[in-house]
Amino acid sequence: MKYSYYPGCTLKNKAQALDMYARASASVLGFELEEVSEWQCCGGVYPLGSDEIATKLSSVRVLNEAKKKDQALVTLCSACHHVIKRVNDDMKNVPDIYQKANRYLQLEEDYRGETNVYHFLEVLRDQIGFDKLKEKVVKPLTGKKIGAYYGCLLLRPSSILAFDNPENPKILEDFIRAIGAEPVIYPYRNECCGGYISLKEKDMSKNMCEKITQSAEGFGADMLITACPLCMYNLNKTESKKIPVYYFTELLAEALGLKED
Amino acid sequence: MKSEKKQAEKIKEISGVNPLKCMKCGKCSATCPSFAEMDIKPHQFVSYVQNEEIEELTKSVSLWKCLSCFACVERCPRDVKPGKIIDAVRQLVEREKDGDYLSPNEIPELLDPEIPQQLLVSAFRRYRR
Repeated sequence: MKYSYYPGCTLKNKAQALDMYARASASVLGFELEEVSEWQCCGGVYPLGSDEIATKLSSVRVLNEAKKKDQALVTLCSACHHVIKRVNDDMKNVPDIYQKANRYLQLEEDYRGETNVYHFLEVLRDQIGFDKLKEKVVKPLTGKKIGAYYGCLLLRPSSILAFDNPENPKILEDFIRAIGAEPVIYPYRNECCGGYISLKEKDMSKNMCEKITQSAEGFGADMLITACPLCMYNLNKTESKKIPVYYFTELLAEALGLKED
Repeated sequence: MKSEKKQAEKIKEISGVNPLKCMKCGKCSATCPSFAEMDIKPHQFVSYVQNEEIEELTKSVSLWKCLSCFACVERCPRDVKPGKIIDAVRQLVEREKDGDYLSPNEIPELLDPEIPQQLLVSAFRRYRR
């Protein structure tokens, strides 16, 4: 199975591990990530204003590239996934936006939200299956207690993201079980890390991340996993934190025997 | 600045929010991770727009404390989407001359070696036109 793949800006720079381990794992699991050519940055945050058009065009271009190849589009960074999935919904359901965007882009054929957008985790769950993944595990992470950190972007608004139950998600916990470890459920797993606030108001995100890491540690987690480079950055800035934070793809690659010790 | 009535209309248009749907339960503010840092709270934003008191909103520090985490949007029992109102006011401010909250000149001293690109592009998009 071949998918169009959108890595996004950060996966080419500070979050190369997130990307590298995903690609390696995909080939073992029997699917291919074909990077969209000449993709542009998604902008990091979804433009909320109903009159915002230009800021959504880079996402539309990527979606249209996948459509031309008749492939689903796979994302990995939580922020890219959030932005592209929401723009796709606009292109499908919001006439003012899809009309203006198409008028602006002058594509050979109008884009109307035809492309399916999947987060890498959704591919694992819905296309591969966690049972199948479990069969491919050669080095199970037995005995590891892992806290899934969802944050905001993958879950909300659930009416559009349709990723999992926004208040009681389980996709990452099921993933953790599939790689042989034990998931730790803790209250702050779907609360915000502070996001972009950490640029100018570092104390604010620090306080929020303290709550998250203390909550996870208090419930017995040895480590946290995330799909978001910004969550990773913010969580690592907490001073009291003792537990390490990994990208979920790194642990996936480890379980599949793809990671050098 | 335009009249507050016109601004209120513009905010409703940009946000797509109908403040009259709000039943003042306060759940948005109760769930907001930035609540303590805000001078005007999320549920109050809805009332201010309803009452066409926009001047104060445009001066509120809350505009720069909202994280767009969508907790208020997801958890609102009336689907009012207070976060979209806050964002609309922020855009109203940023679309005016000198309305930006972040200047490229500030960036060098805010950088550290681990900063992900995602943080910079997100901040630029939220904090300026």
